[in-house]
Amino acid sequence: MKHSSFFWFFMPTATAMLLFIALPILSVVTQSVYTPHDAVLIITENCDPFGCKQSTTIDHEATRELREAAPLGKFVGWDIYFDRGHLAVTEVAKAWNEAVGVSDFLGKLQNLPFYRAMAFTLTFTFTVTPLMLIFGFLIALAVNSLHARLRGVTIFFSLLPMIVSPLIGSLVLFWMIDSRGIIGSALQWVFSDPDLSLKASTGLTWVMLIVYGVWHAAPFSFVVFYAGLQTLPQDTMESAKIDGASRWQQTRYVVIPHLMPLITFVALMQLMDNFRVFEPIVGFNSEAHASSLSWFIFNDLGGETRQLSSAATSSVLTIVGVAILLTPVLIRTWRDFQAKS
Amino acid sequence: MTPRSQRAPIQLRILIMGFIVLWLFVAAFPFLWTLWGSFKMEADFFSKADWVNALTGPRTIAEKGAAFTGDGYHGAWVQEEFWRSVVNTALVCFFVVCTSLTIGTLGGYALSRSAYRYTFWLLITALIFRAMPPITLVAGYLLPFFEWNLWGHLATTIIVLVAINQPFTLWMLHSFFQKIPKELDESAKVDGCTQFQAFRHVIIPVMWPGVITTGLFSFLLAYNDFAVTSMLLAKENHTMVPKIASFLGTTQTEGNVMFAVSAVVSATAPLFILVMFFQRQIVSGLTQGAVKG
Repeated sequence: MKHSSFFWFFMPTATAMLLFIALPILSVVTQSVYTPHDAVLIITENCDPFGCKQSTTIDHEATRELREAAPLGKFVGWDIYFDRGHLAVTEVAKAWNEAVGVSDFLGKLQNLPFYRAMAFTLTFTFTVTPLMLIFGFLIALAVNSLHARLRGVTIFFSLLPMIVSPLIGSLVLFWMIDSRGIIGSALQWVFSDPDLSLKASTGLTWVMLIVYGVWHAAPFSFVVFYAGLQTLPQDTMESAKIDGASRWQQTRYVVIPHLMPLITFVALMQLMDNFRVFEPIVGFNSEAHASSLSWFIFNDLGGETRQLSSAATSSVLTIVGVAILLTPVLIRTWRDFQAKS
Repeated sequence: MTPRSQRAPIQLRILIMGFIVLWLFVAAFPFLWTLWGSFKMEADFFSKADWVNALTGPRTIAEKGAAFTGDGYHGAWVQEEFWRSVVNTALVCFFVVCTSLTIGTLGGYALSRSAYRYTFWLLITALIFRAMPPITLVAGYLLPFFEWNLWGHLATTIIVLVAINQPFTLWMLHSFFQKIPKELDESAKVDGCTQFQAFRHVIIPVMWPGVITTGLFSFLLAYNDFAVTSMLLAKENHTMVPKIASFLGTTQTEGNVMFAVSAVVSATAPLFILVMFFQRQIVSGLTQGAVKG
């Protein structure tokens, strides 16, 4: 294809991505080093027979002019990155000097909102990803051994947890684990503790969110692995059987190596997707016990006072996290491309 | 049929069946339970006394005279004007799918037919964009959108969703077009067609299976989005998902949780139907990227 026709074919989509993905990223980076103007204050001194008083008023006119002249606010550099709501350098240094041990230090970090969100996001990402791979693999193996006619129905129901909106899926589960809901009361009965509430404890909230994450993501790995199983080389299986490999050995030495590229693919995709975990926090209403980086940004953006600078800073930090997780994917794509050409 | 000697021993078969039944229960039961419960009153669906109440509904019978009540639906659809969000969702989904497929098809086709090295870098850029969490982009939209009075409109959200959707659409359509033999449009060009005519007359008639699959995923993205729609739409323009989220804030206190339950059921129903009809396409779309690597 000639350069000129490529240009015209590609221009619409390139424009859309440039305007609404590339520029916003730049806009986020810019906003993160600016902060809104302080109000311009006028200090006047009123003197009466009993003495002089200073009174401070806001000069609305001047403030408005200043805001209109520079809508971005004033330049503050790295200040927002290091403040208490984000990387909190001073607080971390203080905690480090005062802490008695590593666990005490980590405990102190939990008081800082950004590190709390970070801790949950990382825990969620690195527990849900392996668990969903294992569950998806088991379901795929099980469904593959079913009679062909049953497979369609099984796949239909298996897709449901993944296809519904994360917010809706988490709400459906949230209502069931409510202390008056069916799972909630079942758990109270099992542990014979009528006051047991999953929502009240931090540990249980984390477990609940991770269970939701696996429930939501397992169908994806199931479907991919199931498709992979369809292309399993039959003669390799056959020779493994003739050599007397047990079922476990067949799975371990034939099936898993065959699926390995798919396992890497799903794992890399899921690491990135789980890192964005957001809707479940809203659905489970769990921000008091577990919040994620995405929720942290959402919280700054919403509400009466939209704290754009703070949200932009958290966004940049999140993007840095995504970039780290993305590196292996990029290296892999690069290698594939080199191999092809 | 597999010969008898190669079939799994009976214990293993029972174990496998048990596992599948358990998984199906875990996957489907929450939805069936919520569907059933959405026709009860709150006192039954969230019963302090006995969970069986959610099945039989004694309070619902006592107060409404029947075991099922549509109160939740009436409250959500009429009183809280959920129908408005349904209309908004329909508009957003329709325009997002159409626009994103139109420009995505052109772009994906160009990427699959150009042999130059820049196509690789464009695809890599798309992959990087695909990894950006939408909420981080929203932080970048708000200030300019407020400045230029673009905030709150359906049209703005549609364009934003189209753009966010592009990287994925491009990757998917790119690999679909690569499966269509290059000779097809090459020969059309030899016969005197321009590149666009070759696309128009030769490629468009054979591309539909790929386009439909990609369209399904664009639809799901627009339908399920929460981050963008909740931050960029004014309250009266909210689509279903942010509307449900706003029910949670306002109605939980008034004891109208059932509004939210009914709204959730209403929003899930179209997805059920979608999976029922397009299961094959969804599965092939999910495996598409993976199997090709």
